[in-house]
Amino acid sequence: MSRKLRVATTSLAGCFGCHMSLLDIDERLFPLLDIVEFDRSPLTDIKHCGPCDIGIIEGGICNAENVHVLREFRTHCKILISIGACAVTGGLPAQRNHLDLGACLTEVYLTEPGLAHGHIPNDPELPLPLDKVHPLHEVVKIDYFIPGCPPSGDAIWKFLTDLIAGKTPELRHGLIKYD
Amino acid sequence: MTDTFQLDGAPVPFEPGQTVMQAALAAGRYIPHLCYHPEFKPHGSCKLCTVKVGGRTTASCTMPAEAGLNVESNIEELNALRRTLVQMLFVEGNHFCPSCEASGNCQLQATAYELQMMTPRFNEFYPDRPLDGSHPDILLDYNRCILCELCVRASSEVDGKHVFALAGRGITKHLIVNARSGLLKDTDMALTDKAMQVCPVGVILQKGVGFRVPIGERRYDQRPVSAQALDDAPRQAGVGGGCTACEGTS
Repeated sequence: MSRKLRVATTSLAGCFGCHMSLLDIDERLFPLLDIVEFDRSPLTDIKHCGPCDIGIIEGGICNAENVHVLREFRTHCKILISIGACAVTGGLPAQRNHLDLGACLTEVYLTEPGLAHGHIPNDPELPLPLDKVHPLHEVVKIDYFIPGCPPSGDAIWKFLTDLIAGKTPELRHGLIKYD
Repeated sequence: MTDTFQLDGAPVPFEPGQTVMQAALAAGRYIPHLCYHPEFKPHGSCKLCTVKVGGRTTASCTMPAEAGLNVESNIEELNALRRTLVQMLFVEGNHFCPSCEASGNCQLQATAYELQMMTPRFNEFYPDRPLDGSHPDILLDYNRCILCELCVRASSEVDGKHVFALAGRGITKHLIVNARSGLLKDTDMALTDKAMQVCPVGVILQKGVGFRVPIGERRYDQRPVSAQALDDAPRQAGVGGGCTACEGTS
């Protein structure tokens, strides 16, 4: 038998909903694990990505660390898949994009009632937020997109099995969803 | 005996005065479209219904049907261009489907599904557009406007109220409300207006009913737009109900 495909996954400016949906393929995880093994992923807790066949990223880019992780994935993954509304369009976090970032931080940490003596977090370990939230393909080349909030387990299964079988992945009515 | 033209290699019958789009839909053949509506005069602005006639591209919603035309529509060359048009509409506005109450009832979204749009592909504009919640019954969310002018046409042609118009040109073109304040509350817009029913996206929304039908059970969740559009179209010429382009064909 040929070697297993190595797969890395991560969530950037996402909610892990797409990872939950990946787990929603349920018992099909077993046949999947016959043909893939996981590298860096919340499922393995491996902290950095090694050479991989497929990288799957949920969430958009909202801070400097997201950019570093995304570039690490692009460097190490032959095929990079953008999964979910946030990775594909910026999604919910991008709805701050028409607001001034400084004004957002000021309102949340300083002027909102009940936050007396608050301060804008400035610990050096915290990644700096970006001025705007971006979808992944605005930062690196993305090979495939699976839209949805989240895409259903069935959609993820169909997409991955098509891809692994060497077919162009195709999601027909009922599986292609943006909501 | 009625005349026919060829659409993707199969004959489509038509009545004199029908457009290629009207005849195709009446014959159960779907051509993607956004600004076309069976009850209104063709507008020809979204260009999604572009077909090739004799090797030249033209909008099928405004192209009069003629005997012997050879029309190509469902070919990858045109569907790729249509997908690009829809992608541009998505990035020009703020189309966040997961938080839009029109999701599942949205013709733009359903058409993007139909065209297998997996990504908006281009860089997002994330424009800063206002909401107008001033009217007691109706919310306007300009973030999603695709400038199809269906509300403009419905309000002037059917309701006789002229509530909406487009202002500006090019990339600054935008929907406006015909009131000195610019607010919907200062118009005579009402829930019973035709303009309430025609928005293909989620700009004109009735307040208080947003999620009465859950996501997943809505119009285009049930059936793809290619099937739904055929149900909505008059199946015979002249059954258009107010379609001025159909007049004289019955």
